[in-house]
Amino acid sequence: MSLYTLQKLLYQLNRDPAIRRRYEEQAEEVIGEYELSAEELEALRNRDVGLLYVIGVNGQLLMHYAAMCGMAWPDYIEAMKEGVRRHGPVRAGIYAMVKD
Amino acid sequence: MPLVFAGVCSHAPGITGRKNLADPQAKSSFYSAFNDMRDALRRSAPDALVIVGAEHFANFFMNNMPAFAVGMADRYEGPIEDERWLGIARRSIPGNKELSLAIISSLMQTIDVAYAEEWKFDHGIMVPLHFLTPDYDLPVIPININCQGPPLPPLHRAYALGQALRQAGDALPARIALIGTGGISHWPATPNSGKINEAWDREFLGRWKMNSRDQLLGYSDEETYRQGGQGGFEIRTFIAVAGATEGSAGEVWYYRPIPEFAVGCTVGVVKLRPAGD
Repeated sequence: MSLYTLQKLLYQLNRDPAIRRRYEEQAEEVIGEYELSAEELEALRNRDVGLLYVIGVNGQLLMHYAAMCGMAWPDYIEAMKEGVRRHGPVRAGIYAMVKD
Repeated sequence: MPLVFAGVCSHAPGITGRKNLADPQAKSSFYSAFNDMRDALRRSAPDALVIVGAEHFANFFMNNMPAFAVGMADRYEGPIEDERWLGIARRSIPGNKELSLAIISSLMQTIDVAYAEEWKFDHGIMVPLHFLTPDYDLPVIPININCQGPPLPPLHRAYALGQALRQAGDALPARIALIGTGGISHWPATPNSGKINEAWDREFLGRWKMNSRDQLLGYSDEETYRQGGQGGFEIRTFIAVAGATEGSAGEVWYYRPIPEFAVGCTVGVVKLRPAGD
């Protein structure tokens, strides 16, 4: 389980302009510095906001990442819905704290 | 001296960032309530504004998350978000380090708080300030409660934080105003963004108005999550204000669900009892 590490990467991308610049130029190099699962790496490489949501990333981090990827707000909301349709309900993190 | 003003309000980023998407009448009525709050705050002639908020991974992350944190600087800046996204220009905001230190020292008699000499305000503080101190001429003392995710400080600790704040204020010569800002029900940045549980909000505000400690503390986090979404955890900020004004009733000056703002928009003010009453 590396959800914490994944969220830390997104937090640092949101908040640290230097890391963001490096990520824009050398995404693979930056991603390689974090211990992530194969699925998390795939989601980042594909900028798959829907999968990141299902994996459990908090929306307060994910919405800024989506904006960084150039997604408009309605597309961000739709990407999360599509993620759930493709991959099933959110698996971990705050949105999985209560099981229906 | 006793608190000179206390109230609660919403802070959702859509209030300023997506202001043109909402029904114009809804927007203007809510803005008008915020203006009334600003006028009442100004009439109380405060020396400083303590604002109890719930930030969203702006300064505090899960590598070192304080349950409670208090700013201790002469200057802050915000918003940390994109200015166009939020509709608020980035700027410097005055603080008061000396007053912060006095408040923190008092709080720590009963509550363990972290302190921060550096703090970049996100929408959770910038949206209220945009309306309440538009000239940014009032020193602000920010306090954060972790409302982002478990382990969350229990509601009774948020109430106790408020009680400790009152005690701190009473002992200081400064005229302190207090604002709590958060929820109530909302599902921000999720597929349910825009959903608002009006019935749950009104029930909560009823309890807040009565300053009924037992009723305010009667929510479990699971119930709050089911009824009020993860944004509902921010009731802690309103509960802290209730703790700081124990024995005084609140008035809800405005409540209206505005889906484009993704929150039940709220302005509430406590009818503070005169000193010695």
